[in-house]
Amino acid sequence: MILLWLIAIPLIGGILAWTAERWSTTAPRWIALAATAVPLVLALTLWDGDPGDFWLAEFETSWIPAAGIDFYLAADGLGLLMVLLTFFLGVLSVGISWNTVPSRPGFFYFNLLLILAGTTGVFTALDLFLFFFCWELMVLPMYFIIGIWGHENRNYAAIKFFIFTQASGLLLLIAILGLHYAHAAETGVQTFRYGELLGTELAPGLGMGLMLGFFVAFAVKLPAFPFHTWLADAHTEAPTAGSLILAGLLLKTGGYGLVRFVVPLFPEESAAFAPVAMALGAIGILYGAKLAFAQTDLKRLIAYTSVSHMGFVLVGVFAWNAWAVQGVVVQMIAHGLSTGALFILAGGIQDRLHTRDLNAMGGFWPQAPCMAALALFFAMASLGLPGLGNFVGEFLILLGSFQVNVVATVLAALGLVGATVYSLWIIQRVFHGEPRESKGLTDLSLREITILGVLAAGLLGLGLYPKPVLHMSEPTVRALHETAPPPGAALATGQPENPVAHAVPPNERVPTDP
Amino acid sequence: MSDAQTNSFIAFLPEGILLLGILALFGVTLGTNRVGAARHVSVATAIALALACAATFKAEAVLFDGAYRVDAFSQWLKLVFALGYLGCVVIGNHLKDIRADIRPEYFFLLATSVMGFVLLAGSVDLITLVVALELSSFPLFLLIAMRREAKGRRSQMESAIKYMMFGIAASGIMLFGMGYLYGLTGTTSLPLLVERLQPVMHTPLAITGVILTMAAFFYKLAVFPFHFWTPDVYQGASNETTAIIASLPKVAAVLLLLRFAGAATPEAQTLAVMLAILAIGSMFFGNLLALAQTDFKRLLGFSAIAHAGYTLLGLVALEEAGFTASLYYVTGYLFMILACFTVITRVSRDGANLPISALAGLHKRSPLLAATLLAGVFSLAGMPPFVGFMGKFSLLTAALQQGFLWLVLLAVLNTVIAVYYYLRVVHAAFFTEPSGDADTSPIHLDPAARVLCLLLIAVIIGLGTVPGLFLDTIADSLSSIFPPS
Repeated sequence: MILLWLIAIPLIGGILAWTAERWSTTAPRWIALAATAVPLVLALTLWDGDPGDFWLAEFETSWIPAAGIDFYLAADGLGLLMVLLTFFLGVLSVGISWNTVPSRPGFFYFNLLLILAGTTGVFTALDLFLFFFCWELMVLPMYFIIGIWGHENRNYAAIKFFIFTQASGLLLLIAILGLHYAHAAETGVQTFRYGELLGTELAPGLGMGLMLGFFVAFAVKLPAFPFHTWLADAHTEAPTAGSLILAGLLLKTGGYGLVRFVVPLFPEESAAFAPVAMALGAIGILYGAKLAFAQTDLKRLIAYTSVSHMGFVLVGVFAWNAWAVQGVVVQMIAHGLSTGALFILAGGIQDRLHTRDLNAMGGFWPQAPCMAALALFFAMASLGLPGLGNFVGEFLILLGSFQVNVVATVLAALGLVGATVYSLWIIQRVFHGEPRESKGLTDLSLREITILGVLAAGLLGLGLYPKPVLHMSEPTVRALHETAPPPGAALATGQPENPVAHAVPPNERVPTDP
Repeated sequence: MSDAQTNSFIAFLPEGILLLGILALFGVTLGTNRVGAARHVSVATAIALALACAATFKAEAVLFDGAYRVDAFSQWLKLVFALGYLGCVVIGNHLKDIRADIRPEYFFLLATSVMGFVLLAGSVDLITLVVALELSSFPLFLLIAMRREAKGRRSQMESAIKYMMFGIAASGIMLFGMGYLYGLTGTTSLPLLVERLQPVMHTPLAITGVILTMAAFFYKLAVFPFHFWTPDVYQGASNETTAIIASLPKVAAVLLLLRFAGAATPEAQTLAVMLAILAIGSMFFGNLLALAQTDFKRLLGFSAIAHAGYTLLGLVALEEAGFTASLYYVTGYLFMILACFTVITRVSRDGANLPISALAGLHKRSPLLAATLLAGVFSLAGMPPFVGFMGKFSLLTAALQQGFLWLVLLAVLNTVIAVYYYLRVVHAAFFTEPSGDADTSPIHLDPAARVLCLLLIAVIIGLGTVPGLFLDTIADSLSSIFPPS
């Protein structure tokens, strides 16, 4: 039931915020704050649950029985982590847009909350149709946020974003339908339920086609090379809160989809495809870093760092051993925090200077010391400084992928050098150099410092003591590995493969083996 | 069967009420310029018709020597027509662009046309079917020509002639096809005809007969290559009239297609492939040409051609799930298109055609209209949670189930193309501010329009999020015309 509320509260809050706009310009943001804070607290109450119970919360009701569609939500450790990230960044995005929404605040928060509701649905839906429904639900409001409150070139960016996601989304829909019918043909049961679709026997060609349908949809969202071209425009043109949500959450739905759906649903096809996917990941890491380095637009630069960072996710997912997948989870959370923070800083600079051009910047350190110090902190996080969250994620991913694909790992590790270059480049271009007085550049306000401070604390916590997070996601990873065994696992442990084991949650399984 | 028969008087209640309404409207037209009265009578008739359909939903009867049947299928469609009629009347509100002295007659003719649609729903004999079809068509020809003449243009006359010429030609082809069907089966009674047609459905003669008969329905639905009238008529007719032409006849066309498609079993591949080709042609033609439009009504005209293509996807499957999907989709389409036209008629103050750019700043001028437009347009684009998404989903599902993967892929490609021009509309309404001397004053909606907007939004979202109830109703009602074999 809690899961339903996690979706319903932002939805209701969104509608309230929109209608409240008529009476007051400040009411919408308070409503939005409540509609993100309450679900955050609700989701935190689930943390107490023992992740060994597997499903920490479930909600189920019939939706369209004629088509075999259920309204089935469930959160395991991975889902809960992602939901927590959603509302954590949700609260912060409300905070960061507190008094910077120039017009129509009610509609702005309506869209923002709708995205959060859709994202929550994506992270918890275990009926593939419901998943797709929520997946599409995220697109519209993001289109509005970019298109209405974005910067100069917003219309182009908004339409590009929409068409990329829509096209890939429909590919996903066809793949889902294909899987549905393949399952129906095999078992005679019409269902979209994840648990039941796992382990569907697929003809080799069909399985590969369906896997690619899923893969492309998630690779566009992630974004992986060569599907990344929408990202720079969307991130650059979006308002600060939009960039935060895009980088922090929407990209994560792609990574989540790869982990939850692509490999477990199509273990054999994924294994065959893994070298290609890992190569794409490695290319993304290097190419993203190179592109980032070449930018003169601050937000565009940060946007391309996302391509680089998400390349690690792709490498990690297709390495598919416990190290790598755990690393992917940490990397997704850490990237959400660190890149989100960098976008907040870039947005803050743009609000003050009305430009994102790096050539117009430099020597800002004396004028804005707080901003400079925090920027340095997040740049360090982004380049993977030990002690901060990104390091844990990238390290685990490289550790895992080294056992599977040495070449891709070496290339990916080279990306860390690139990360160092572009991260320090940001600091050098913006804050170092000849001190120059720039009109209007004031230091961070208390509101901004609080928000960035919370993000910094999160990264620090994740970097120094990642155990709670790893502990939370560990059962999920184990269950996923029972469905789709990691490379070499069957040999190593000597256990027979059991591709349908995950069809029943582990706690309901008959305890046959000790 | 005879046990379950309802008293034929009760079963005929909706038609009777509509007939009374038409008589009353005729009376009103005898006075001078009593447009308010005509409007009120129309609204009352539409509401009474809807209630009567709902009340007789479970009725079953065969009337007029088996030429007219009242069952769940017909009552469901009559209800849809009644709601569409109500929407059209409220949209037509002031009839801004109709000559002032003939406005009451406009309502009279509209009601007559609706009578034709309602009779179509129950017709199960070729003769009654043709009569009902013509009864629904002729008033529409007149309605188009009733637009006020503006300086330097008589496009309404051109449109009316175009619509009529194409319509009559299509009817001629249909009668020709029906002649074949009669010759093959020796009956005009549809259930019997369909039954006798099934064993010979693979013969070229039967296929020719069915396709020729369907030509008239394709024309109504604006399927490629019977679509040529669509953009010009949409543009030339007044906004209110276009709303009618864009909504009610589409439902009627699908209803008629279903009546005949029942003759073909999924094994009738020739028919399926032919329908698939028409679907593909419609989708590509409509969507590609819509990309270049600047007039909102003309854009909707091309989009209607594309939507006709989507609707055919369900028929291609030639089995019940597909038919259900088609009917569900076209029902949803009725409400989406009414939502769009509510906005058009309210934004266009003097009844002139509406360029897309005139929508600029709509979100400020009237948030409710902007929201209605949003629901309508995104539903047309097939986004959740609107009905357009669920409709497309069920159509694609049905086509895929019969193995038409290539068709589904092409349909999906078209959906993506279509997104672009729908976004242009949304972009104009939400993202741009009016420039130059454009009208920026707020639009005040009368209470009826307000209620209509809210209802349309609610229906578009409701049909899209809880489709189970409607799909079941449609599937149940379909089983009354396709008895489980």
